[in-house]
Amino acid sequence: MSDLQHLARAALAIFKKDLRSELRTRYALNAVLLFAVSTVVALSLGMGPITPVRNPDLPLVQAALLWMALLFAAFTGLARAFVQEEEARTAAALRLAAPPIAVYLGKLLFNLALLLLLVLVTTLLFVVLLRVHVADAGLLAALLLAGSLGLVAATTLIAAIIARASAKGALFAVLSFPLLVPLLVTAIRGTASALEGRGWAAGAAPLQVLLAYTLALFVASLFLFNSVWEA
Amino acid sequence: MTTESDIRLELEGVGLDYGPRRVLDGISLALGAGETLVVAGANGSGKSTLLRLICGLQRPTRGAVRLRAGGQVYRPDQAPWLVGWVAPDLQLYRELSGLENLRFFADVRGLKHTDAQLEALLAEVGLGGRGGDLLAAYSSGMAQRLRYAYALLHAPPLLLLDEPTVTLDERGAALVEQVIARQRRRGITVVATNDPREERYGDYVLRLS
Repeated sequence: MSDLQHLARAALAIFKKDLRSELRTRYALNAVLLFAVSTVVALSLGMGPITPVRNPDLPLVQAALLWMALLFAAFTGLARAFVQEEEARTAAALRLAAPPIAVYLGKLLFNLALLLLLVLVTTLLFVVLLRVHVADAGLLAALLLAGSLGLVAATTLIAAIIARASAKGALFAVLSFPLLVPLLVTAIRGTASALEGRGWAAGAAPLQVLLAYTLALFVASLFLFNSVWEA
Repeated sequence: MTTESDIRLELEGVGLDYGPRRVLDGISLALGAGETLVVAGANGSGKSTLLRLICGLQRPTRGAVRLRAGGQVYRPDQAPWLVGWVAPDLQLYRELSGLENLRFFADVRGLKHTDAQLEALLAEVGLGGRGGDLLAAYSSGMAQRLRYAYALLHAPPLLLLDEPTVTLDERGAALVEQVIARQRRRGITVVATNDPREERYGDYVLRLS
């Protein structure tokens, strides 16, 4: 077996292990979905459906609300994959057995799966309960996917950094937020243009920025993870 | 005695500080394949810490830990395939079954395996027929046996046993003797214990104070 094959197999095994553990314990899933659902329901009860006549900046406001709901729900669950290893004291067994890059990739995949489920549930609820008009569903899906990739690329490394610290929750948000500001600004503006239906020409720039952001954070994480994970 | 590997463990002036407290200092030793070292000492003397340094879970403040195998020199954290570790600190996944734990660790180590092989390993450590139970449902003695299966999964030439018989019954203690005897043919064993009866396992005894 080549090194690359070993890495891929180990990363997949870690992803499947985390998925199986999560389906049995539902630590992260319950926290993330409860937060997302309660946020969207609270927004819909508080604001009710808003029509464009009443607010011309409506798509931008809706896009900002959607990404805030996604961001804070993600904060409650995305650190779990690493924090759980440290709290259950299984990290030592994993450190001795798995290549560090495989650990990073496996946790990244798990966080991505969790976030995509969160995005799907939150966006559907958001569109239905707040009666959001989506002019370009394809572009919206592409922007949500690109934004999720960026969010996961940025937060997975930070989750590994804070896993051994005290006050993990606060530290996770404090360290992640500055890194996520460019992603959020771009994702909100891109999502607004998808809701308005300004077309793929208008959506291409934010998509490119989000993908470039993801690539930069992913490559940086690959280089840095070893120093974060090692004893 | 002929051994299956040419492993060599070398510690050179190894020391570790926790803040101002000097836990270990100036430990130098060399062990070759077929040898067993017992590390003895009272609680808090640094036995477990020394084993964590040897397996690469901690880095020494001073000195170096080296493993030589196949003509190469490694730091322990660079060669996880050479080391197996059993310790009270070692926790496996409680939400997975014994068999699922072994399957997972075999996959991340890149080992080719079948469920039959993993079940045979479970039977070898006294967990035959219990591989499907969740680790959360295991007694402390059964969990200790699963730690042995985890450590022996990749047949490591360096086996580190911290408090090897803790929580084990008489048959479990006999299993430990068998493991140490088999490891003499495979490579090096380092045992950390504060039980004087376990000093008989060693060719050498290192006393920490």
